[in-house]
Amino acid sequence: MSYVLIIGAKSDIAKEVARTYAKNGYNLYLAARGSEELAELKTDIEVRSSVSVELLDFDITAYETHADFYNNLSEKPLGVVVVSGYMVEQKKAQKEWDESLQTINVNYTGAVSILNIIANDFEKERRGFIVGVSSVAGDRGRKANYIYGSAKAAFSAYLGGLRNRLYESGVSVLTVKPGFVATKMTENLDLPEKLTAQPEDVAEDIFKAQQAGRNVLYTKSIWLLVMLIIKHIPEFMFKKMSI
Amino acid sequence: MNLISWGMYPKIKNHKTTLKNISDLSHFTTTINEFIAYGNGRSYGDSAINDEILYTKNYNNFLDFDEENGILNIQAGVLLSEILESFVPRGWFLKVTPGTKLITVGGAIASDVHGKNHHVEGCFSDCVQEFKIMLADGEVQTVKPESELFLATCGGMGLTGVIISAKISLKRINSQYIRQTTIKTKNLKETFDAFESHKELPYSVAWIDCLAKGSDIGKCLLMVGDFADDGDLDYKSKSKLNIPFNFPSFALNTLSVKAFNWLYYAKAPNGISKQKVGIDSFFYPLDSIRNWNRIYGKNGFTQYQFILPKETSFEGLQEILGKIAHSGKGSFLAVLKLYGKENKNYLSFPIEGYSLALDFKIEDGLFELLDELDKVVVRLGGRIYLTKDVRVSKETFERGYPQIQKFREFRKKNKMSEKFNSLQSKRLSL
Repeated sequence: MSYVLIIGAKSDIAKEVARTYAKNGYNLYLAARGSEELAELKTDIEVRSSVSVELLDFDITAYETHADFYNNLSEKPLGVVVVSGYMVEQKKAQKEWDESLQTINVNYTGAVSILNIIANDFEKERRGFIVGVSSVAGDRGRKANYIYGSAKAAFSAYLGGLRNRLYESGVSVLTVKPGFVATKMTENLDLPEKLTAQPEDVAEDIFKAQQAGRNVLYTKSIWLLVMLIIKHIPEFMFKKMSI
Repeated sequence: MNLISWGMYPKIKNHKTTLKNISDLSHFTTTINEFIAYGNGRSYGDSAINDEILYTKNYNNFLDFDEENGILNIQAGVLLSEILESFVPRGWFLKVTPGTKLITVGGAIASDVHGKNHHVEGCFSDCVQEFKIMLADGEVQTVKPESELFLATCGGMGLTGVIISAKISLKRINSQYIRQTTIKTKNLKETFDAFESHKELPYSVAWIDCLAKGSDIGKCLLMVGDFADDGDLDYKSKSKLNIPFNFPSFALNTLSVKAFNWLYYAKAPNGISKQKVGIDSFFYPLDSIRNWNRIYGKNGFTQYQFILPKETSFEGLQEILGKIAHSGKGSFLAVLKLYGKENKNYLSFPIEGYSLALDFKIEDGLFELLDELDKVVVRLGGRIYLTKDVRVSKETFERGYPQIQKFREFRKKNKMSEKFNSLQSKRLSL
């Protein structure tokens, strides 16, 4: 059975995405920094699903290593899911340039670097799927979260362009825009229940949307409506608001 | 977002910490004053509710499977549904499963849950080979059956420590289908006779019409069965209906319950009929409706479950069903079940006899009614199930559980009583 490559495999969403693909019979490459920390997840997936799981060291901001990383894969994957993300508090990011840069590099630059390489290969082979986990935060810049949000906005735009380019080669590209998700990253925030998804539900949504060849996925789906409203608030009003 | 139990009552403010790894847990256990572990929130009452909660569901790795002996090693946050998803297609099933698969393994041990096959396989603890638990001093201990810690922890409502992982034995199946026989009875006498005459089948459960009065009291649909020998193992959980919001509380009045009971009962053919059904519809009929607890409205509900010794079951059920019918407080779901021998665990619920479980929405006058029913239960030597309970009195509880003093002393001796507490444990001085 084919391999799926998961980039940024240590996050809670990635863990559930990995389990979901394994459950459906896919072998896995799990790529992350310090991949030895994923040993337990590898065992977990192998016991659950009897698929094969390979752990790979990968640093999304070490751009110069990306080509070798991909070329050295023993078997090229059928699909890739980029889950890497980096979010610090907005106030910290706007004060410390290093934090801003890391936010941009993990959420955008690094993702572009690895996906350029993979997209070229998939295009040539005329097969495969690409899933990028962006964010609703990229739909409109808000004072509460615009450094992270702008990096995700760039990533969403990139994925849109990539989808357009690869359409002819039969390679599908899915942009995922999660709203609130109950993960390590959000553990200490008081999130509204109705707008908050569980990582396993996000993973299930991603899998289904990818298999169905969809383009953009909001999860939970209510976020499509929420963001539609937020996007349409006129700027002269929006700039005075705190949302 | 405050954590609540399945009954959505009581609702209190609480602080949640997610269980991630053993070293964090050890630090948490030794520094936090008092807390209770919480799994998937499927116990009905206040047994997993407190101000400070340890959320264990994300601690859910599968660790190992010994194919030869069918022994699965999993972390405590794994849901039974995850086990089924992975292992039914490979020809394995849980030896003991309750009527919902949406509970964690840790919760299954803490409640020492049972299923439709209690008279054959006993409680969940009977399939536990060993488990690991973190005690009040932050140390992890491996626990085997028969030890004191095992007897106190299985059924111990999370009050002895934090269950971390467990080795459980699975059973072989050849099919994902169950050959089911449905027997429609006209009164309690017929119901009891039907249970007795189908005792050799491993699975049995009856749905009772609680609103039936007079000579109709105890009329039921008894469903018995066993796994088929043939058929496929191509098991996939079905997508679910969802109840997206709390129903207004008037939705569930006597009339609507009557209509439901009537439809359910009327739809079954008279006498005995046979069906071939899937795992989900046989074992977990309500899991197909996500958040079905919301039909009782935002004030929540409770499930009243008691068990009576066999000798007094007939008399007791007759009396209690009569009182319920008379009160007009309806129960959507009334489940009757015949149990086998009791085990040695200090606080496990099952004893040899009949148990009845009924849902009631929380409303004025309900607790008074349940106190009335308690009197009958206590008089006839029965007991109340802690996993469902949110209101029983200390006196009623103590009379039902003769081993409670042993449990209390064990907790005290091991400094558990100051560390692990729920609203329920404080209410009942467990």
